[in-house]
Amino acid sequence: MRLRTLIRIVQLGIKSLLLHKMRSGLTMLGIIFGVCSVIAMLAIGEGASYEAQEAIKKLGSSNIILRSVSPPAEKSAGAATQDYVNDYGLLYLDANSIRETIPGVQWVVPMRIIRQEVRFNTMVFPVQVIGTHPLYPVVSSLRTSAGRFLTYMDERNRNNVCVLTTSLAENLFPYQDPLEETVVMDGESFRVVGLVQETGLEKQRPQSGDSEGKTIDANVYVPLATAKARFGETIVSRSAGSYQAEKVELHQITVQFESPEAVEIAVPQIKTLLAKNHTKPDYEVIVPLELLQQAEQTKRIFNIVLGSIAAISLVVGGIGIMNIMLATVTERTREIGIRRALGAKKQDIITQFLVETVVLSVGGGLIGVFAGVVIPIIVSALADMKTIVTPISVIIAFGISGAVGVVFGIYPASKAADLDPIEALRHE
Amino acid sequence: MATTDIIRIENLVKTYRMGDVDVHALNGVDLTIEKGSYVAIMGASGSGKSTMLNILGCLDRPTSGKYYLGGEDVSTMDDDALSAFRGRQLGFVFQSYNLIQQLTVIENIFVPLFYQGQDLSERNEHCGKLAKLVGLEDRLDHRPKQLSGGQQQRVAIARSLVNDPLLILADEPTGNLDSKTGIEILDLFDRLNAEGKTLVLVTHGDEVAERAQRVVRMRDGKIESDVRKRAPVRAGQESDIQTTA
Ligand SMILES: Nc1ncnc2c1ncn2[C@@H]1O[C@H](COP(=O)(O)OP(=O)(O)O)[C@@H](O)[C@H]1O
Ligand SMILES: [Mg+2]
Repeated sequence: MRLRTLIRIVQLGIKSLLLHKMRSGLTMLGIIFGVCSVIAMLAIGEGASYEAQEAIKKLGSSNIILRSVSPPAEKSAGAATQDYVNDYGLLYLDANSIRETIPGVQWVVPMRIIRQEVRFNTMVFPVQVIGTHPLYPVVSSLRTSAGRFLTYMDERNRNNVCVLTTSLAENLFPYQDPLEETVVMDGESFRVVGLVQETGLEKQRPQSGDSEGKTIDANVYVPLATAKARFGETIVSRSAGSYQAEKVELHQITVQFESPEAVEIAVPQIKTLLAKNHTKPDYEVIVPLELLQQAEQTKRIFNIVLGSIAAISLVVGGIGIMNIMLATVTERTREIGIRRALGAKKQDIITQFLVETVVLSVGGGLIGVFAGVVIPIIVSALADMKTIVTPISVIIAFGISGAVGVVFGIYPASKAADLDPIEALRHE
Repeated sequence: MATTDIIRIENLVKTYRMGDVDVHALNGVDLTIEKGSYVAIMGASGSGKSTMLNILGCLDRPTSGKYYLGGEDVSTMDDDALSAFRGRQLGFVFQSYNLIQQLTVIENIFVPLFYQGQDLSERNEHCGKLAKLVGLEDRLDHRPKQLSGGQQQRVAIARSLVNDPLLILADEPTGNLDSKTGIEILDLFDRLNAEGKTLVLVTHGDEVAERAQRVVRMRDGKIESDVRKRAPVRAGQESDIQTTA
């Protein structure tokens, strides 16, 4: 069939549909809602899962992160006895035995976290002091933006040096270059040797070393040995008039593996190892890879549910179109007879009505695509939610609407073509 | 003479089965129609006129018998071939005009060519000429609803001419028109016949029969009488030969 002929048939179909604007519009609604909901819901789902996945990816898919957890039973006992020191958490022993016995391990980076105040001249900020190894940036999403990170030399000599997060540095040193300046923490002076920044996100994110899950972007990195020497192993905090003391060797151990595959093999081994070293559940094992897989699985289920809803709504829309087209065929029986008498073959009649159905469904599809693209933008603007309209969802939704037109158009069209020309001409 | 025969029918039978009864709508009809003829088919209601016209128009197939149209045996053609044949070789004019409502005058005239894969932009002039022939050159973009019955029938006649058919078939073309408009339409048919078009009209009216060159009367599915008042156009002489079937 020539393209011009097809264009002509499409024009004719639009003309016929415009004769009944209200009816055509209502018929398209089913497809419009179907297509719109597929695209909009996928965009919102995609946006949500993107954010979740980014957060998990930041932890590193080749990493296993171990964190100290205050065991609940001990906590209540500690509250009852004033001078009790809550002794729990990960041990240097854990870090060492993982490094030595677990296959596939590349780096083991331990970390201590101490709440402190940092002072420069008259300015004081509450911060999180993180005692860690020079390799920490390698296993995390930290990037050195100025100066340098901690070195093995710092570690060995227990140097009083520190590295600040850029946002903290901006607050602490609004007017000068922070490098080589000296800040004071717990009476000790520390020389600022570098600045670091979280990569990949414009906004500062909760640092992975935050054991309480609070958003803190004011971090001070110091050598682990320095932290141990200057701040001690026991951390005393005063809250609501009572003292609380905690003795924790390491707050976090980040274990980096050669590959995500090695992570999967190592997880049970690490769990067995930790169970041997610990008598109480005072640690947690976080496997970003598993979280990522779970997030992907959740997304898959979400997509299947969504797909089913969308498929049902498109089928319902298709049935609506078929219903109207059957009525249209009856209504236009005379026209069909005339066309047959004037030389139209059965195939011509099929084409005509099929094109009309497809115009309806694709027209609905186009409006649906438009609405499906606009709605996520509005949702993003109003609800501060990330939404991602994927091209594939648009293509699928639009393709399905066209397919619905063909599938549900064939029956009415072939009914039209099978009419006897003489009977059709006699039809009132 | 055989070469100028447009229609040749031999022992044509059309039988409808109604329950246990066979209705012989056509019961052995023989007929030849020469090029340039103007034939009026008359007869009482139920005598088989419409059945005859439907078969002549390739809209229906005979139960038995032979039908040659323009030298081709159409009684054995399949549906697609018949459709193509109608589109290329026949023109239809109906009692109820049968224009397509959503199309304009010029588009309605063009329809038969559309199904031959032609393009209106290329045949605009041709269609316009035909509109002019039937006196509707200033109504090209009107829709059927905006036209009177007589005007609609003129569009239908223009449409029946668009493919330059072998034969124009009309079933009671003046049946829905007042007598004055009917006469105008019949005048138009006279003109077409004078220009050499072959016409077959089914009619009740005697005024049509008066104009026709030949009158075929039917009764109970058979030809009762066949009167030639003069020779077909271009056949040369005018005569009053009368033959009875
Ligand atoms: N589709 C049909 N089914 C059954 N009988 C029919 C059909 N068409 C016509 N007939 C019968 O055939 C006969 C001839 O009908 P028709 O050709 O319409 O006559 P006319 O046009 O001369 O009035 C009538 O008896 C009619 O009832
Ligand atoms: Mg009749």
